[in-house]
Amino acid sequence: MTQASPRLVLGALGLERGGILLLKRALQALAPGERLEVCGESPELPVHLRAWARAQGQGFTEQDGRLWLTRADHGRWRGAERAGGVAAAGVVETPQARWGLAARGALVEAGAPTFHFVLNEKSEVWAEEAGRLYAQAAAAQWDPATAIPWDAEITHPDEVEDAVVQVMTYLIENETAALLVPARFLGQLHPHFREVMQLLAITAADEARHIEVFTRRASLRRETLGLSTHGGQASLKTLLEEPDFALASFLLSVLGEGSFLSLLWFLQEHAPDVITRQVCRLAAQDEARHVAFGLAHLSRHVALDPGLRGRLALAIQSRNQALAQTAGLNEEVFDALVILAAGGFEPEQIALGHDRVLTLHHDMDHGRRVRLERLGFSEEEAAALSALHTRNFM
Amino acid sequence: MTLLLGAVAYDPKVVTIWEGFCTLFARHGLDVDYVLYSHYERQVEALFSGQVHVAWNSPLAHLQTERLAAKAGRQARAFCMRDSDQDLTSLVLVRRDDPAQTLADLKGRVVAVGAVDSPQATLLPLGALARAGLQPGVDVTVKLHDVLRGKHGDHIGGERDAVRALVRGEADAACVIDGNHLLFTREGTLAPGAVRTLYQTPPYDHCVFSALDTAPQAEVARLKELLLGMSYDDPEARPLLDLEGLKQWREGRTSGLAQLDEAITRLGSIDAWLSEAAARL
Repeated sequence: MTQASPRLVLGALGLERGGILLLKRALQALAPGERLEVCGESPELPVHLRAWARAQGQGFTEQDGRLWLTRADHGRWRGAERAGGVAAAGVVETPQARWGLAARGALVEAGAPTFHFVLNEKSEVWAEEAGRLYAQAAAAQWDPATAIPWDAEITHPDEVEDAVVQVMTYLIENETAALLVPARFLGQLHPHFREVMQLLAITAADEARHIEVFTRRASLRRETLGLSTHGGQASLKTLLEEPDFALASFLLSVLGEGSFLSLLWFLQEHAPDVITRQVCRLAAQDEARHVAFGLAHLSRHVALDPGLRGRLALAIQSRNQALAQTAGLNEEVFDALVILAAGGFEPEQIALGHDRVLTLHHDMDHGRRVRLERLGFSEEEAAALSALHTRNFM
Repeated sequence: MTLLLGAVAYDPKVVTIWEGFCTLFARHGLDVDYVLYSHYERQVEALFSGQVHVAWNSPLAHLQTERLAAKAGRQARAFCMRDSDQDLTSLVLVRRDDPAQTLADLKGRVVAVGAVDSPQATLLPLGALARAGLQPGVDVTVKLHDVLRGKHGDHIGGERDAVRALVRGEADAACVIDGNHLLFTREGTLAPGAVRTLYQTPPYDHCVFSALDTAPQAEVARLKELLLGMSYDDPEARPLLDLEGLKQWREGRTSGLAQLDEAITRLGSIDAWLSEAAARL
């Protein structure tokens, strides 16, 4: 029997320098109870092999200068469970709490600790487009230091610069909400939904960059920023306090960021300097992805749970009631937008600017209605709900 | 009734281990609570005073229990142990270029050992030196590394310090358990090939569960049954077995303690304690 045992020849390699790896590999090939002869020239091999085998619960025999291991019959991986599949097709409906932080597709040891991720239903969070949108986002990351011509000339009058600073101040406040909302849900999401997790993370990073460039633009010519109003913050607070992922992403991404897309395009067209125009162009690119994800996962969610549509409608109505006593968009932001769209202070120019801001409102409303209809609301429902959206835009 | 189990708190993880095991025992209907001691001598005496019914003992503590039981006209037994506590060996290491070829060649030289009460790093190697005709403290200078005295060498620090003393040239030999030689080489405390084994003890055993003949028999039998039935394949038991460093509990045996028994007899290591403890009974 001894002669028939498989042999592992370690040569001069000791267990202290990686020999253990070869031992484990050789034992893996054996059935429990089978013997492995271990040969080697390291003078410490008998001592180390005995100690290692004992610690591992493997049998050890030393006889006439020859060394054997006997493979034990206990296994750490008995009862282990595969945590879904690595590809998107391997996403399961309800990942186990004990899969925890394990990579999707990994083999998870039985008895691993449980993690309590609140967002653990595929129907609530998943969108087939998540992986593609994440890849697109990763490829489209831009460097604020080089993507914007910070040294470009600013020639417009001080009053116009004041308007730019006020709009930037408003954008920073809103983008802060747009960063914190996905960041908060990111910590509640089961990591099994890897692509969604990555997308929420990169969304937060996008917003961090937007905050950076809006701040930098606002500070180019001014040491202080513009105004922050009670109404604006009250509107954003309702977003931050919405505990439901579907409702929060509906209010933030589909309605809020959707409206912001129109605003950023408006600024890209009417801002008085190339720096502001470029800042808004790049931010709009990112926001379009955020809106796309919100629409994608909510469309899927609504298809699986048609009752969600009623809850979405109710969320707009509740928010409208909660904000009924607030002023909505602050007057200074409205005026600033008019000034930027006017291009001057002549009465005709101001009238034109005013008309353009009203057109912006119409564009925002139109965009919201289109997106609401994509979620299955009728034309009438979409029009009514869009009209209830916060006057603060976000 | 609640079976009271004594253990020595040589490390904070001891709390996690026994909390976990007691929860597992409770799930199988056995009510076990544990009492932690700061050293084994206190635990041995607690076994005799009835503070605890069973004790998770070092090999030296079990021999102390046996000897004290003999004086008290009682009987001690070892009813369970870890698989990893069977067939250990200790080593006497010297630097690679040291001229010594046998233990006797260490005469007049400095031998670094672990804690004064460590079976593996002090008592067994010094017993071997004594058997080879070298009386510790007379024929060889013993350099103690007394980390956590009373813990019977459960703390690894004493052995690591002994090996460092050898490497630095402050000692001519160092005594360690075989597993720590592998560990110290892997972690870099010992450079590969820097030392060689001058002497390796015959295999011996380590910790055991001790009980006296007065322990509640049914509960001790159930405890033993639950321990022996514990499987590394069980995901609830596995983290505890990993922490405690075993794959499987085994039937207790004392044949593996004979070498230590002989060493402490030869060295007189526990004579003074035994007289004092017997007087307190």
